[in-house]
Amino acid sequence: MYPPYEGQIAETMTYRGHHGDEVSAYLARPLGPGPFPGVVVLHHMPGWDEGTKEITRKLAHHCYVAICPNLHHREGPGAPDEVAALTRSQGGVPDDRLVGDVDGAASYLRSMPVASGKVGIIGFCSGGRQVVLAASRLTSLDAAVDCWGGRVIAAPDQVTERQPVAPIDLTADLACPLLGIFGADDRSPTPEQVAEHEEALKRHGKTYEFHMYDGAGHGFFATDRPGYRPVQATEAWGEVFKWYARYLSGEEVQ
Amino acid sequence: MCTWIVEKAPLSGSGRNSDGWFSVRQANVTYDHPCHAPLDHALIIDFVEDPDRVAQRVAVELTADSARRLVASINAALASGDEAHEG
Repeated sequence: MYPPYEGQIAETMTYRGHHGDEVSAYLARPLGPGPFPGVVVLHHMPGWDEGTKEITRKLAHHCYVAICPNLHHREGPGAPDEVAALTRSQGGVPDDRLVGDVDGAASYLRSMPVASGKVGIIGFCSGGRQVVLAASRLTSLDAAVDCWGGRVIAAPDQVTERQPVAPIDLTADLACPLLGIFGADDRSPTPEQVAEHEEALKRHGKTYEFHMYDGAGHGFFATDRPGYRPVQATEAWGEVFKWYARYLSGEEVQ
Repeated sequence: MCTWIVEKAPLSGSGRNSDGWFSVRQANVTYDHPCHAPLDHALIIDFVEDPDRVAQRVAVELTADSARRLVASINAALASGDEAHEG
């Protein structure tokens, strides 16, 4: 059929997260019978915002069922910027809660009639760190994408009650292939920290690919910020979809 | 950066938002991604009454340079105010 049919439904919903808590989420799914792989999308520190929901729809456009949990749900209700401010003042999202919410989201995706059974994860900024954490503490994920996650490596004084580990220390437990997308001008993580993380992945024999983009800094996918780098972002999105095609759809890709 | 690093300053005074005046008891200060300002990073200050209810707040997101100018202006205003009120 030409042109191929395209359609999707995107809407807010709830699912059961950590400890069975009800968590709000934004779900985007392609129309059609599937089967479709799923992707859990982790938003950045400013919250469950329009930009992250746009990314969730982008994944559905590429035939993934994507769910973006509101990681600040317990701090709500309120506008995303308000609950993000409260979450930040309280020390951020607790790691244990995050892992439980991701596990619940992956289970929800697998329970859908259109599910293929494969579930990936992607996260941005603080969500990138959370991707590495979740992929190391859960066995329910099949492919992970860390977009410029800061504090994967953490100094002892950066470890807190809510974030009690540096995810790099869990590298031995990383349970799925990891793609990393980074900007060479970023200061969190720095290229040196990315190299250190890569060394740990090599040392533990993990499947990974890291891509470092010159002329790009932190958050260079964000189309509404000055740091947006369209050329690098387009190339990096291509790497993301190749990664998911390989590990979620089982396609041979160059 | 998305660091969740916040400097907290205990304050005593009042602030005003669209709901009217409220007591300001704390400022949460961070340098991170803003929600509204068209910047990659901003100096963010939330003036709040109840640290557990930041919906009631006055928030600013400033460039680093303008935040430094604000600090200088606050110090200058305090210094001249002290002088004027001592005189």
